[in-house]
Amino acid sequence: MRDTAVVFSRELRPVLRSPFSLIFTMVQPVFFLALFAPLLPDTVGSLQWFVPGVVVMSCLFGTSVTGSNLQLEMQTGSHERMLVSPLSRPALLIGRALKEIVPMLAQTVVLILATIPFGFRLHPVGVLVGLAMLSVFCVGLGSLSYALALVSEGQEWIFWTVQQTLLFPLLLIAGILLPLDNGPGWLKALSHVNPLTYLVDAERVLFNGEVFSGTVGAGLLAAVLVGVGGLWVGIRAMRRGAA
Amino acid sequence: MTSTVGPMIKTESLTRHFTVKKKTVEAVSGLDLEVRPGELVAFLGPNGAGKSTTLRMLTTLLTPTSGTAEVAGFDVRTNPRDVRARIGYIGQGNGAGHSQRGRDELISQGRAYGLGRVAARSRADELIESLGLAEVADRMVSSLSGGQRRRLDIAMGLIHTPPLLFLDEPSTGLDTQNRVNLQEHIRRLHSDHGTTMVLTTHYLDEADQLAERIVVIDHGKLIADDSPARLKSEHVGDRIVLGFDTAAAAAAAANRAGAFGGRVEVAGATVTISVPEGTQLVPKLLRGLDEAEIPVTAVEVTRPTLDDVFLVLTGRSLREGAAA
Repeated sequence: MRDTAVVFSRELRPVLRSPFSLIFTMVQPVFFLALFAPLLPDTVGSLQWFVPGVVVMSCLFGTSVTGSNLQLEMQTGSHERMLVSPLSRPALLIGRALKEIVPMLAQTVVLILATIPFGFRLHPVGVLVGLAMLSVFCVGLGSLSYALALVSEGQEWIFWTVQQTLLFPLLLIAGILLPLDNGPGWLKALSHVNPLTYLVDAERVLFNGEVFSGTVGAGLLAAVLVGVGGLWVGIRAMRRGAA
Repeated sequence: MTSTVGPMIKTESLTRHFTVKKKTVEAVSGLDLEVRPGELVAFLGPNGAGKSTTLRMLTTLLTPTSGTAEVAGFDVRTNPRDVRARIGYIGQGNGAGHSQRGRDELISQGRAYGLGRVAARSRADELIESLGLAEVADRMVSSLSGGQRRRLDIAMGLIHTPPLLFLDEPSTGLDTQNRVNLQEHIRRLHSDHGTTMVLTTHYLDEADQLAERIVVIDHGKLIADDSPARLKSEHVGDRIVLGFDTAAAAAAAANRAGAFGGRVEVAGATVTISVPEGTQLVPKLLRGLDEAEIPVTAVEVTRPTLDDVFLVLTGRSLREGAAA
């Protein structure tokens, strides 16, 4: 636990030390929304649909590339230095992955504050449950990204190729940007095996204030699966790297 | 307590294989080594000889394929965490994250080794002071010069005052001034704190000037292990070159010189004698030649370098190997 806290605070420090990058990260999704929202048919109704989508998408973008930070540290030698330290191997991964929650939360807060004047209706309980769920997902996804960085050691292009190849299809078939209701059957079938679909659906229900529903249950299950699975894969990769 | 009583490092048949393109490469094979507390040992060998692989096994970064290694009293395979807590490691790269500030990294390094917040902070201050990093400690690591980063690396490796410190190619990439500076730090650490030190290098002069004991590694095997002076006298010896007026005088001198031992070679009007303690032999030799009335016109004594040692041991020059 203490080891995890040491790694977590080390990871977080550069973020807090450079407020400019933090502000930039926070404003990014708002900017994106401002460009995209006018294209949606009915602005007031669709904000409720679109804001949780952008929250998930920002988390996806930010967290899936986080392995590149580790990659840089593997190249410069600071990761090796951490491996020689007595810090526990799982802590080296969990501490890093937990840090992913922080920018995600900050982005969401800014996004919500920015959209309330335009008609976004805030349901605090739903949003809180939604963010807790998203945090679990974030940790899992971050772990997977770190695992990818660890296994592609020495061949950095592999990391980016895999990350880019997976990110967009996952994003599209989860119906984050566009609803899949009018899509062909095979696309819908694909979306049913994408955990992200359940997560986004659950976030949309939660952001609408509905907490107890099957959709939320399915989303929670998807988030926990990604969270636990991601950590398992990540810790294994970190242990193997140390051997 | 085991760490202070027994050897600091003890390996038995330590071996590491790598599989490269379905072929097994023995990076380190059957290494037996013992390092006592307080020693300053250099692993010397060309690139790819197995120095770094050995170091990585001793620091728990690599698991041995076979054999055992005990470091600071603990087995690297079964008790890696106990080993890690007792050693410091300064790798080939930069220990501090480039997006971090030096002071922050020092403090988090201290926390990683179990220091409390206050203790980590004051230890960081201490090291910043003693390594002359005060002006740059609060800057981003990526903006520091190579020499400053290396000093920061040393500070990081020392944060928990380890009884055993590993340095992997510590001076690679540094200019001469920074290299001298670094060697000075290493020497001081060793003499002031009695820290046991193991470093790898392919710089001959560095190993020669710094280490009390040199372990020569080539093709994954230990091929020599002694002090620099003994390595030289045992394997190469000094070379005495005597000059004469005529080839005849040289031949006569070579004849007499044979009685003093060593290997004698004649080339024209010069005689070359290879012998372990050349400087002590020269006065006797000159007196003998004087008595025989063979006039010597020039004398030169060359002491061997570690490269000569390496050449004798392996048939290859380390300088060529390092340059390749």
